[in-house]
Amino acid sequence: MFIILILYLVLAFALFLIPTKLSKFNSLLIALFHLCLFTFFMTHLPDVTAGKSIDISYQWIPQLGLNLVLKLDGLSIVFVLLITFIGFLVFIYANTYMKSYTGTTKFFFYLTLFSGAMLGLVLSADFIQLFMFWELTSVLSFLLISYFNENEQARKAAFQSLFVTGFGGLCLFVAIILIGSIVDSYSLTDWMEKAHIIKEDSRYLPALILVLIGIFTKSAQFPFHFWLLGAMQAPTPVSAFLHSATMVKAGIFLLARLYPVLGGTPEWTQIVPLFGALTMLTGSYLAITQIDIKLILAYTTISALGVLVLLLGMDTKQSVKAAMVFLFVHAFYKSALFMLAGFITKQTGTRSVDKIGGLIQSSPMSFVIAMIALFSMAGLPPMLGFIGKELIYEAKFDSPWLSTVLLIIGVTSNIFMVTIAFLFLFEVFLGKAKGGTKKPPGLYKYLLISPGILALLSLGFGLFPDLLTQLVGPALNIIRSDDVQIKLKLWHGLNQVFFLSVFTVIAGISLFIIIYRHQQIIKVWQRVNNRLFSINFTKVFSTGLDKFIAFSRKNTHLIQHGYNRYYIITIIAFTSILLVFQLYFTRGWEIESAFTLQPFYISGLVFIIMLSVLMSVLSKNSLFTIVAMAVTGYGISLIYLYYSAVDLAITQIIIETLMVVMFVLLLRRLPKFVKLSSRNTKIRDALIALGFGLIMTVLALKAIHVDFNPSISDYFVQNSALKAYGKNVVNVILVDFRALDTLGEITVLSIAALGVFTLLNVKKTKK
Amino acid sequence: MNSVILQLAAKYLRILFLSFALIALVRGHNFPGGGFIGGLLAALYIVYDSLAFTTQQIKKELIVRPEHYIGSGLVCVLLSFLPSVLSGSPLMQGKWLSLDIPLIGVTKLGTPLLFDVGVFLTVMGVTLLFLFTLSTKK
Repeated sequence: MFIILILYLVLAFALFLIPTKLSKFNSLLIALFHLCLFTFFMTHLPDVTAGKSIDISYQWIPQLGLNLVLKLDGLSIVFVLLITFIGFLVFIYANTYMKSYTGTTKFFFYLTLFSGAMLGLVLSADFIQLFMFWELTSVLSFLLISYFNENEQARKAAFQSLFVTGFGGLCLFVAIILIGSIVDSYSLTDWMEKAHIIKEDSRYLPALILVLIGIFTKSAQFPFHFWLLGAMQAPTPVSAFLHSATMVKAGIFLLARLYPVLGGTPEWTQIVPLFGALTMLTGSYLAITQIDIKLILAYTTISALGVLVLLLGMDTKQSVKAAMVFLFVHAFYKSALFMLAGFITKQTGTRSVDKIGGLIQSSPMSFVIAMIALFSMAGLPPMLGFIGKELIYEAKFDSPWLSTVLLIIGVTSNIFMVTIAFLFLFEVFLGKAKGGTKKPPGLYKYLLISPGILALLSLGFGLFPDLLTQLVGPALNIIRSDDVQIKLKLWHGLNQVFFLSVFTVIAGISLFIIIYRHQQIIKVWQRVNNRLFSINFTKVFSTGLDKFIAFSRKNTHLIQHGYNRYYIITIIAFTSILLVFQLYFTRGWEIESAFTLQPFYISGLVFIIMLSVLMSVLSKNSLFTIVAMAVTGYGISLIYLYYSAVDLAITQIIIETLMVVMFVLLLRRLPKFVKLSSRNTKIRDALIALGFGLIMTVLALKAIHVDFNPSISDYFVQNSALKAYGKNVVNVILVDFRALDTLGEITVLSIAALGVFTLLNVKKTKK
Repeated sequence: MNSVILQLAAKYLRILFLSFALIALVRGHNFPGGGFIGGLLAALYIVYDSLAFTTQQIKKELIVRPEHYIGSGLVCVLLSFLPSVLSGSPLMQGKWLSLDIPLIGVTKLGTPLLFDVGVFLTVMGVTLLFLFTLSTKK
């Protein structure tokens, strides 16, 4: 299975090598790849259904105990099949959809990588590895949302989604480390075995909350849902693939994966359903008053994700079963609807419901597909959605606590769903045709293939739900870890659940009729909503971010003020204080060394050096200062030579020469010598300089008598010829013993050179 | 500066300077010298050259741009790590090859030499980049 992930990578990069003439088949090639993968995994289905799981592990960094582990079991195969199958359809769809845009190779490159990352995520059985794929999907989602990057809104939305999911990703990472530190392992099997230890640990609650933040951001739960709305800026294939069927389901997958590890505690059954229910209700309520067809779908997606989170949080057999079935229900109808939305936009050139109408005349086929998908969304028989909804109601009846509240919320949200489904159907497809809808679809009729297949599945699985039990059963066993026999039926008999369904449909349709008859109601409703829910999450987010940046800028300015002189003062003063402190406590103040007399020419040299230093400071002529500094340098190099440090001496002489040339060249760029510092600042600088000089002198005098560990220099001297085949110890140290240091130095040097190059070549821009 | 003596001297000193820099590089492992000093010497020559002529002229004559010297120097350094990595030894361990070259005799070539060449090129490139940037008029 590793090969599959590598194949994804290879295929993605190979897209750039395909000649332009053939590049229009790019998408079909990847679609074919997905179809192959789908059949490949289908062949493993019987094994997995029988309860086996396929584990593959590979050592990655054994020193850190990190392995790459892939696991194909009942749960992951559900997601794998969904990803590959919907990926197959999306790529077929995208082939037609993306024709009118440029840069599609990049688009398919990202989309292919995303599909691979998603597959890697659901196959991961090691949490560090899972986290990597998790982040990868976030980043690729960012790149795909910002595909139309000339559009400012798209860029903003992309940034926002990256920020929100990235924040969640970090929380998840901390949680993974927390749980990893409890059981001392990151592998799924270890976590599952030691689930009881994790649940009793004091770190359980923080870890759970952090995991949930990660999941809620990824799966667009309230109050993090707003990024998904912005994500609708992406091309429609992306919305159909990432933001309805796969990426937002990554959170659901993780929730199901961690169910055996973290689930079943009171904390879990209280926090998770709360957010799920809240999201479910807000999503479906706000969807009604939307005008943009993609936003309508986005809000219903948020609602559906809320349903999934709620069901997984309720912690009963019934609810988990309902969740797994609903996963399929939603994937089938929502992808189909998104693809249809793309078709409608292509056909009419707008996404606003107000401007679209009577599409049935130009494309009756799209009407049929939309009807099936929308009926599945509304939960009408004989669609798969009906079975899903019945199961959800059943699960809510059986809920151990708050079943009445959950039922009321659930029924309300489903009533809204029914209303939305009919509104969508009637406003877009029936009614009067409004501009541009008369012409037949032409090339765009190929866009109907993929949603058509998905709609057929919604219908087919609804009529023959037994096919689905094969998939749902094993997943259920993994999540609940007890053997559950399930049977899915379209007809449940006349029980309370059925009556509730009937009530939902009738209420939903009546609400629809009221709204449809009196169009002004929706306008009033919109205004009321805007008043009541005046919090615009997107706006709150961006202003919050701006304020945060302003805050940190203000704080940073305290330290990073941009005045070189104060930087230098800070560095020198701080170093001096540390040195004084350290010298005093380790050695005391007395000078231990006995002064020895040096030959007169050395003393003379020192005198010359001191004199030239003084002159360079006091001189009022820049050129004179430079020459005086050079004299200092040459003098020091002569001292090196006297104490037989030849290499150092040579280097110093050349450097001094170069310095003089450079300084002279630099002089031309500097203004004439001007007095900038006042008397007081001069005194201050002099005091600092003298103090630092004094401390360095004391340090040098002390250093003579400090017994360094002798082994290292002796080692160098002894081994430089023997082991490194060099007689020049200095050079051997530079290029062999301490080559890493030299590498660092020349890298820093190169970067400094590039810095000088760019800084001096910057053209002054007017402010 | 437009001095005939300086320009004439520069022409002949070129070979001397550059061979001196190369000798410093090669002998560095056993005697004073090395890549750092060699690189500086080579740069020093070009500084001298640019004093005799103009920087623009020198820039034109240079086939390789200073940035590329820096880059190729760093690449040399990285390449010198390859033998140790490929043979499974710790990174940066010196690997030596004894060659019997006619006329010169048995010579030992090792990765430290390549490393030193990298240092040579980088130091030279950095110095030249400084020089050229500073001396271009705006």
